[in-house]
This record gives sequence, C-alpha cells and structure tokens, in this order.
Amino acid sequence: MDNATIAPHRLPAIPSIRASRGNAVAERAWRALLLGLITLFLVNIALMIAAVATNSFASRWLGTWLPQGWTSSWYVDAWKEFQLASILWVTVEVVVAVVVLSLVLGVPAAYTLARREFRGKRALMLLFLLPLMVPPITYGIPLATVLYQTGLGGTLLGVILANLIPAAPFVILVMTPFIEQIDPNLEAAARVFGANTWRTFVHVLVPLLGPGILAASLLVLVRTIALFELTFLTAGPDSQTLVVALYYAVFAAGVRAPQSVDAMAMIYMAVTLVWLLIALRFVNPTQLVSRVKEHPQTA
Amino acid sequence: MIHAQARVAGFDKALLFVVPAALFMLLLFVYPFVYGLVLSFEPKDGGALANYHKFFSSSRLWPTVGTTLKLALPATIINVFVALPIAYRMRVRSRWQRVLTTLLVVPITLGTVLIAEGMLTYFGPRGWLAQFLQVTHLYDGAIRLTHNYWGVLISLVISGFPFAFLLILSYITGIDPVLARAASTLGADRKAQFRHIYLPLLAPGLAMCFCLAFVQAFSVFPSAVLLGAPAGPTRVISIAAYEAAFEQYDYSLASAIAMIMGAVQLVIVAFVLSLRGWFYKGPVTGGKG
Amino acid sequence: MKHDFSELRLDRVTRRFAGSGGNAFNALNDLTLTVRRGEFIALLGPSGCGKSTALNCVAGLLPLSGGTIRLDDTRIDTLPPERRGFGMVFQNYALFPHMSVVKNIGFGLRMRGMTQADAAPRIANALRLVQLTGQESKLPGQLSGGQQQRVAIARAIVIEPPLILMDEPLSNLDAKLRLETRSEIRRIHRELGRATIYVTHDQDEALSLADRIVVMKDGVVQQIGTPEEVYAQPANIHVARFMGYRNVIELPVTSERDGRVTLEAPDMRLTGVAKLPLDGGRALVAMRPEEITIASEPAATNVIGGRVDSVEYGGRDSLVEVVTSSGARLHVRAAGKVSPGANVFVHVPPERVLVYPGEAQ
Repeated sequence: MDNATIAPHRLPAIPSIRASRGNAVAERAWRALLLGLITLFLVNIALMIAAVATNSFASRWLGTWLPQGWTSSWYVDAWKEFQLASILWVTVEVVVAVVVLSLVLGVPAAYTLARREFRGKRALMLLFLLPLMVPPITYGIPLATVLYQTGLGGTLLGVILANLIPAAPFVILVMTPFIEQIDPNLEAAARVFGANTWRTFVHVLVPLLGPGILAASLLVLVRTIALFELTFLTAGPDSQTLVVALYYAVFAAGVRAPQSVDAMAMIYMAVTLVWLLIALRFVNPTQLVSRVKEHPQTA
Repeated sequence: MIHAQARVAGFDKALLFVVPAALFMLLLFVYPFVYGLVLSFEPKDGGALANYHKFFSSSRLWPTVGTTLKLALPATIINVFVALPIAYRMRVRSRWQRVLTTLLVVPITLGTVLIAEGMLTYFGPRGWLAQFLQVTHLYDGAIRLTHNYWGVLISLVISGFPFAFLLILSYITGIDPVLARAASTLGADRKAQFRHIYLPLLAPGLAMCFCLAFVQAFSVFPSAVLLGAPAGPTRVISIAAYEAAFEQYDYSLASAIAMIMGAVQLVIVAFVLSLRGWFYKGPVTGGKG
Repeated sequence: MKHDFSELRLDRVTRRFAGSGGNAFNALNDLTLTVRRGEFIALLGPSGCGKSTALNCVAGLLPLSGGTIRLDDTRIDTLPPERRGFGMVFQNYALFPHMSVVKNIGFGLRMRGMTQADAAPRIANALRLVQLTGQESKLPGQLSGGQQQRVAIARAIVIEPPLILMDEPLSNLDAKLRLETRSEIRRIHRELGRATIYVTHDQDEALSLADRIVVMKDGVVQQIGTPEEVYAQPANIHVARFMGYRNVIELPVTSERDGRVTLEAPDMRLTGVAKLPLDGGRALVAMRPEEITIASEPAATNVIGGRVDSVEYGGRDSLVEVVTSSGARLHVRAAGKVSPGANVFVHVPPERVLVYPGEAQ
C-alpha cells in the first residue's frame, strides 16, 4: 500500500446533495401538533384550578356550567373546621426552621465542595445527592420508623428534621454554581490582608453570596410547603403542615362538603402561589427543578 | 475547577464546613436506611427472610409491584418522550421559552395533593370536562377519569411532565448550537441535525431524566389514594408500605416493603443508565470553548 | 451543487438587525463583491464591522434582508445552508464532540449518501493534507487546539466544495501556532486551488494570505483591493487607520494643486498626496511609522522637529515616540540608536503622506 495521495479522479465521485424530501406541510403539521399538546396541557390545568376556585365560592353546584349560587362562607367554615390558624402557624414554624437550618448546614458545605479537592469528595457528593434522587416515600418509611422509636415521631421537631433531609442537599446543589462564580482571587486577597478562613467566609463570601442565598431560601421554602410525603409520615395531629391537612380534608371528602375542601385547597394554593411568584422574581424557573448537574468527568 | 490550595500550616479549616451537613446526612438518612434494612430482617415472627417471604406470597402485597410499574413506566415514557420534541422546539432562547417555562413551573409547585383535588373537581363525572364533552357530543356517556387507573395516570403526567420538560430543556440548551450550524453547512437538514448531533449528545441526559422521572412516578402515593382505587387497581407499593407501618404497626414489614421498593427502582435505573453507556460520554461543547 | 464555478456574485447584500430599544441597524449594508474561481478573499475589519455577518449570509446561516447572492447563474440566497454545499471552518472549530476525527471529517460525505468504503480514501487524503494521519480514532476532546483546527479544515475541504468559508480560524490559537497554521492554510490553498472567503481582524493574516482584501467598517465596504493596494494606498482614513497608519494628524490646508496638498501648522509643514477630494479647510494626514525616518538635521521638505519622548526597543528596530512643539505625537520606526530626550528631525517622503478629508463632526 503506497502512502501517496490517491488522485481525486480515481476515487468514486462525491454525490451531490439531494433535495430533502421533508415538505413544509409535514413540518407545519408537526409544529401544530406540538403546539396543540402544550395548549391542551396548559388549558386543562388552568381550567382545573379554575374549577376548584369556582367550587370554593359556590353555594350549590351540581352538574351545571356554573354554580347555582355564590357564597364566601365556605372559607370561614374551612378556617374554623380545619383549624387553619394553628395549621398555618405550624407550617410557618416548620418552613422557617427548615430554611434557616438548611442554609446553615448547606452553605458552608457547598463552599467546601466547590473550592476544595480532597479524598472522598466524590463519595461525599454522592451522599449529599442521594436524598434528592431517592423518593421521599422510600426513605421516609425507615425514617419514620426511627423517629417513632426515638420518640421524635409526631413532634414538630421530628417534622422539621424530616423536611431538612431533602432541603440541605438542595441548598448545596443550588449554591455550588453561585460559589464557583465568585472569583477565588477575592479569597486570596482577603487572606493576604490577614483574614482567616472563618472571617473570610463571613465577611467576604456570605455578602457576595447574598443573591444565591436568597434564591436557595426561596426555593427551599416553596419546595417544603409542597412536600407532602415526609410530613405525612412523621407528623402527629398537632404538627401537620398545610398540605397534609389538605390531604386529610380531601380524604374525608365524603363526610365534609366538597366546597369547604375546595376552599381549603384555594387557601393552600394561595399560600404557595404567593411564595412562588416572589421566588420567580429572583430565581430562574429551571432552578425550581432539582437539577442534578452532571460533571463531565463522571458522565 | 480545581483549586490546589497551598496550605501554609497544618489542616485546612474549610474542610470542617462539610462536617455538620455530612453528619446530619449520616444520622438522618444513612442511619435510618441501614436501620430499616436491618429491621426488615427482624420480623415479628419467623426467620430473617420472613418479611420478604410474606411479601412475595401474599396476594395483597406482591402484585403492588406490578401495579406500580404499570403506572410509573407509561407515565414516565409519556413524560419524557413528549417533553423531548417540545423542548427541542424551544431550544432557542426566546420570549416563548421563558413564558412556557414559567407557566410549567406552576403545576410542579402546587404539588400532588392539590392536583388530586383539582382533578376530582374538574375531571369528575359532573365536572366541566364531562359537561364540555357532552355538550359538544365528542363523547357521549359518562367519563370515568377519577377513582381509577386513568385518574392516577393523568395526575402522574400533570405533575411529572413539567419536571421532565424543564430538565430536558436545560440539557438541550447546554448543547452548543454552533454544532447544528456546522452540520447544516455539511449538508444535514433539520431531521439529520437532530438525529446525528442532538440525539447522541442528549442521550446521557435523557437517560438521567428518565431515571429521575421514573423514580418520582414509582413512589406515587397521595394521588393513588385520592384519585385512584387504593383497594384494588391502583394499590401501589407505597400504600402497602404505609399500611404496614401505620395501620398494622409492623415496622419491620414496612421497612421490608420500602427496601423492595428501592430495589425495584434501582434495577430499572441501573438498566437505563447502562444503556446510556453505549452513547457518548464527555463535554457537549464543540471546541476550546 | 456544482463543484466548480467561475464566479460568486454578492449584489447589494444587506442584513438588518433589530437592535435593542427598537433601533434597527444594518449589520451589513449593500455589500457588492465578486469572487472568482480559486481566489482567496479576506474580509478584514474590526469587530462589529459586519465581516462575520457577511460570511454567515454567504453560508446561508443568516437570511438576507436585501440583495442577492448568485453562484454563476444560480441564485443561492434562497437556499438553506445544507443545499449550498460550501465548506465552512468555524472560529471555535465546532467539531462534533461525540464523533472521532474520521467520523467528523466524513460527516459531509455521509450526508451526501457516500458509503463508508467510498469515503475512506477521501478522508485519508484529507488527513494527509492537514498532516494528521495517525489521529483517526481520537475524539476532539483528546486533541490540542491546533489539531482540532486542522480537523475542522479537513472536514470542510473533503467534500470538495466550490467555496471554502473561514471565520477567524486562527484567533483561538497562540501566537506561534497561529503562524504555523497560517502557513498551512496558504499551502492547502495552493494545493487545492479552491475559492476561499476568510474573515479576520488581523491585518497580517489578510496581507499574507489574500489575493484581494475587502476592508469593512460598520457594515459598509471601505475598500476592495490587492494587499499591496490596501497596504500602500488605503482608500479612506478608516482603512488607513486600520492598516497601521498610526500617525493621523488634523491640519489646516494651505494649498492644493493637481492632487498635491500642502498643510501647515506652527510646528510642521507637510506636502502630501490627496487620496480623496478634500472639502473645507482642514484635512487628516496619515503616515506609517515605517515610512518616517529620523535624521539629526533638517532635510529639504516634509521635516518635523520634535523631542524624543520614549523608545521601545524591538530588536531589529525601535518604536520611537516623538513629540512636537504643539504636543502632537508621532510614532516612528527607526533603526539605530536614539536616546530619550534628544531633539530630532523626522522626515517623510511626500508620496507617503496621505491626505484625507477631515472627519465630519
């Protein structure tokens, strides 16, 4: 086999480009189909929410387009019936505690994971990612078992601890890119001027991380309000959060009037939506989904 | 980014920062899991494997695996493979992309319980959808979309699709669009660009998305109870675990069921992830980017 | 697409961008250019001048807002890129990261329906041409920047396109590699003889590679000419500035006759050549540092006196900054020893003093 370049005219000719068979009609039909699916999806969800809202204001509604009459008494009833005041208070306690504690645990850990290399780092990262990838029911059942055995089951502290398990890793996941964005030279500069690790962290990093911390708090807040399974498994009658109370209300819907259940559902939705809208002002919607970002080395 | 920090003296205090979080994880995640695993081998009566034996021999228990799979797999397949073309269309950063992304976040945040209640009201036999279908004569007769398999499946799609969509969108937008442009100058039309450039580069992300969506769907719980028929057709494995723990107070059996649940998930996830090994591994930029 | 052509004609090609705040602007304005078979054309200009836009329009990656592009008699600006059949080399190489070198290079052939067996010898030839034989099964991530660049070039030429488009292919390489790869590109062009449109902001690259240079600014063509023409006879002050005429001084015009202009200021009196019709009493004078010589005594005409402010040693010569009595700074390339603080006289031949109309205020 000789090494010389084979003369082009002795090689098989290069075919010319064929006009693609794809026609504009098929392309447009496909686009219409996708658009139709998305519209169907969104419209139905909107109508679903509207149905709940309408029902919550209805005095009677049986199989017609709109209710026979309107009233807002269900809300008052729901408030009293479900003891919403105390449930809301419990929800606030749980959510605030979870947010604060997850930040305290997660931000320093995220810092170390983002900035340092050490033996066992990969294992540690896996440890932190697991609670986000394993569904709450799967680890919730053993967790509830342990909590009840140690007497924490059914208490407010138990609920807080349980909700903290997916929250702290989520903070780590969200904060890591924020930390990576900060120029490491800033820390080096702080050191040169005499700050030790702790003071660098508190005086230089935490202020710079402000937006990230805000984002993480809002995300944890929204997720914790909606997180059902863990609270359901570990709560006692006086440590239920709003979403668990809603579940019980729906569950017993045969006994209670569906309108009052819907009124409660609207209250729950209002609480969630308010925080969601606040969160969306500061946060990119994609971050609300727990994104497990793959590192190129592990792909 | 690898920062090789020269440590001037002794021990890097920053490493201490992970300790509280790591300790917390170990105590409240790893320990209960291990405890549950051990507990599952210590049943109320019988030998070490009695719980597992009971699970696979009781006709109230082992079919739950199949029931759950019959719900989770179709829901995941729908979610992932409908999200894919839509996310592909949305890969260009535009106002539509932002609007759609924001709108889709709403069902995620509202949660499964609210979706269940909403579906009961809207999809119920006397809800708006039924009325609409009747009025337009698209379908005469009662629709049965609640308190059965379909109700749960629909709710899994409603709660799972936005998640899959956002995740796939983030993977797609991570692929450098200049690669598709280069392919087009070499003669690749839209279909060829998707087939030869995007699809292979997306495959690892798609597999990941499938696994995450499947795991979420497999652990379905409140929807199965509220929207399904928990006594029979939608008796999913999480219901069985819950009953064992909180109705029969048999924590050992409950742990065993949770372990089985985790094992089935693991098998399917491992299978899907092994498929992605056939495709490309590595960064998705096109050069020294 | 034909594998050969006699000319590619761009006719008043325009591309409009809707800018922010509703200000539409023309990224490319009435570009008219004819590329002949085998010609190497460089699009040269600062960033934002529209050169990359022009290239993308020829490739079909951007639609035109106005004008036409014709390949001989066929109008191609309505065709999508996959139907035009031009080879393109991107600034960041755009190698497909999941394909080996061989698969990357063979992608265009595969899109044309060529079998593996038929394509293999062509791919081998291309690898030999860019001197990458032996790297066949490597992935792009395993190659150095220079190697990736050569794979990108091989990928574009293996399909035997009538026209090769290159978008600043050397700008991501370090200086030494840039010179080497530049020679490679020149060698490949000589061997293959395919028409090439090459976009760059580096005038050295354009001067050394091109048969003709198109100098652009703000979407408008400033000059089209051979490297010698553009270097020695820039058509306007923008081209002059870009091509290295660092000394630009605004002076009042005292007389003008037959293209010869005399300009005077308290610290200097210059005679030069008008490159464009002058209007008004003031004009811009452009001179190259290399064409100014330092003498210690005044010669006859075109002598400016000043004091040496700084000397930048450059080995073969030095870049000397001379300040005149009115504070004007002249950059001069001088061989030999010059000391800072010395009083010197600098001299420019009148033919090398280029005079342009003053800039509109």
